[in-house]
Amino acid sequence: MRTNRREFLYHLSLSCGSILLIPACAGNDSEWRFFSNEEARIIIAFAEQIIPSDNDPGATEANVVNFIDKQLTGPYARHRNEYRLGISGIVSSSEAVYNKYFCDLDRDTQRDFMEQMESGKLPEEFWKEINQRTFFNMLLDHSMQGFYGSPRHGGNKNYASYKMMKLDYPHVIGQNRYVSKCATEKLRDT
Amino acid sequence: MKNKHVNAVVIGAGAGGGVAAKELAFAGLSVVLFERGGWATYNDHDDDELISQRITVLGNAFGPDDIRHPRVAVNSDGSTQVLRASQGEYSNNAACVGSGTVSYGAMGWRFMEKDFKMKSTYGHVEGSTLDDWPITYHDLEPYYEKAEWEIGVSGKSGANPFEAPRKKEYPMPPFAYNKSANLLADAAIKLGLHPFPIPMLRNSVSYDGRPACYRMRSCVGFACPVNAKNGTHNTVIPRAIATGNCELRTNCQVAEIIIDEKGRATGVKYFDENNRGRIQKADIVIVAGAAIETARLLLNSKSNLFPDGAGNNNDWVGRNLQGHAYTGAFGLMNYDVYDDVGPGATLALSDFNHYNPGIVGGGVLCNEFTPMPYHFSKIRPPGAKRWGAEHKDFQRNQFKKLIQLIGPFQEIPNFESRVTVDTGIKDYWGIPVARLSGTRHNYDLTGCKFMSERAEEILKAAGAVYTWQSVGGRGRSGGQHQSGTARMGNDPKTSVTNRYGQVHDIDNLFIADGSLHVTNGGFNPVLTIMALGYWVSDYIIKNWNGSKFR
Ligand SMILES: Cc1cc2nc3c(=O)[nH]c(=O)nc-3n(C[C@H](O)[C@H](O)[C@H](O)COP(=O)(O)OP(=O)(O)OC[C@H]3O[C@@H](n4cnc5c(N)ncnc54)[C@H](O)[C@@H]3O)c2cc1C
Repeated sequence: MRTNRREFLYHLSLSCGSILLIPACAGNDSEWRFFSNEEARIIIAFAEQIIPSDNDPGATEANVVNFIDKQLTGPYARHRNEYRLGISGIVSSSEAVYNKYFCDLDRDTQRDFMEQMESGKLPEEFWKEINQRTFFNMLLDHSMQGFYGSPRHGGNKNYASYKMMKLDYPHVIGQNRYVSKCATEKLRDT
Repeated sequence: MKNKHVNAVVIGAGAGGGVAAKELAFAGLSVVLFERGGWATYNDHDDDELISQRITVLGNAFGPDDIRHPRVAVNSDGSTQVLRASQGEYSNNAACVGSGTVSYGAMGWRFMEKDFKMKSTYGHVEGSTLDDWPITYHDLEPYYEKAEWEIGVSGKSGANPFEAPRKKEYPMPPFAYNKSANLLADAAIKLGLHPFPIPMLRNSVSYDGRPACYRMRSCVGFACPVNAKNGTHNTVIPRAIATGNCELRTNCQVAEIIIDEKGRATGVKYFDENNRGRIQKADIVIVAGAAIETARLLLNSKSNLFPDGAGNNNDWVGRNLQGHAYTGAFGLMNYDVYDDVGPGATLALSDFNHYNPGIVGGGVLCNEFTPMPYHFSKIRPPGAKRWGAEHKDFQRNQFKKLIQLIGPFQEIPNFESRVTVDTGIKDYWGIPVARLSGTRHNYDLTGCKFMSERAEEILKAAGAVYTWQSVGGRGRSGGQHQSGTARMGNDPKTSVTNRYGQVHDIDNLFIADGSLHVTNGGFNPVLTIMALGYWVSDYIIKNWNGSKFR
């Protein structure tokens, strides 16, 4: 997984403001609005499997986790509990099946794990409070939104997916302004 | 402060209501036009796919909001769920000045003659309330023409050999085909079919002081950044206001129609923009809140003579909720067909609207609007990977190779697909909310399968190397094409209004929106709703003696 130092610093600087605004969420040492640092790592790894980096950026570079984190303090606040339960389901299932932390699994094993989760084959005992397939589908959908949706919501950084799909933006033929301020600098409130 | 008595109150500044307000204001009546939403502009959400009126994962771009307007749905197992306005099952259209006409795809269809005579054409369908309209296509023809010219449609008369007879050419020439339309046109002609350009409520040339469309890829679900898409918000409503006779009151939620002891409507109760309960008295009340909200408002308007709601003494209000089952097929070419000539849908085939052996009705097929990137991430052949490298690769390599042929199948109405009110769940203002129950008629799936097979054949003929069907027709009806809940008819026992949209037994209460539809045609409905707005208004004006109705 690629990590980018500049991005890291960006999240750090952002965290101050968001912690003040939403004290109940992320915990004091978190660089995120809602997620703890560890939760974010899991979401980043998960989303990177959903949309892996190749010749074009993947979920990590496009800042998909930032999109999800941001929505969880906005319209997706209603999904907070599902995220908390689902993430702990992922952690416990991974410990039980592979005896390892999810983020420490190699890429292929992570993918196997997720395929099992997608078809509801992870040990049921860790998924009593939330259905594993429901959570898988939610994360899948939110990752796609963060990668393919408008950058104004904190994902699709610099229109990574539009560029990949060779869609001009904005839609004035002959002009491309793929660099978006929203994703990298100050987030637009919606 | 008390509101001044006016001649007419119109509830809902959408397709039907916008037209009615304009017609009455031009005829010299004083009008108050109520709209629960506000004015919307492109800049509110620009081309943000996640908050549009098509993809609503982060909310409805053009209303209503998720907080104040819940609805309830009854599931097939009898359990109920409370719905947010941006959930698919909510069956939303919009809530703003212009309603769906701000963000629609702007296909401006006339129905066909047979669409008004479904029962005499096809006979009785078991378990359905399929019937003829009390009016014919020919009654409505002049009003279609008026809608085409006053609101603005681009198209070509005669291009569709199946179109119903029309007296006048469209006011603007049709839009040129995009690349996929050209391919499909050639293929269709080889198959003996009759392709033609979709009539569009968009400017192909500048019209009415507004510019021509510059063919963005994003259009449906969004407002137009250059004001080239024609809705009621940029045509009839501003004209109504300009007469000085029409006051538009935005952000006002109408709660109830007041019916007096003599069975006449005397006005409405509403909550103003500061959420204060108020009364507006009027000589005439016209309801145009779209099929679900119109039914809810009638049902919530209880009086001594109408204890179950206005016009509901025979239990027909809220019944026959219809929409359109969307159905068709997708294909992939082995070269790029995407040419960035938006918004994608330009070609139609009306060969399958009627005359399909063994099928009741049918529908139009179109080459569909360009999906935006997130929407496209869900368009995959059956069995394709939903995520990972393969999914991403498909997204990157197939987006510009996608070719589509999709359309609305004319639903077979049924009595149990309906809107009631839920007395347990109230909206922000304490008004009981709409409760949706029932499902589409079983028949719709049969019809949709038929349509999807035809669509797939044509895509193959156009050279698609891989094709798959997307078959609609299951589940609850309603949605953006919602209609039918206050059906017009000659027999008061089996309808809510007479042929002029006048509610049976309440002479000064009218309906002027999609609720009136007896059947919903195999076409997107808005031009028919606009035409009905003119038709109903014309009757009111002719029967208005200058100070009093009738
Ligand atoms: C994304 C999208 C694409 C579409 N594409 C097409 C297309 O290509 N072609 C086509 O024919 N149709 C299309 N439609 C559908 C079309 O917009 C509707 O058929 C049409 O607007 C319905 O007209 P109506 O008058 O019945 O109701 P509406 O136009 O929905 O008007 C109802 C209005 O009443 C208001 N209202 C309701 N209740 C109250 C109340 N109690 N108090 C105050 N105000 C109230 C609502 O807020 C709304 O503004 C599309 C719709 C959408 C959303």
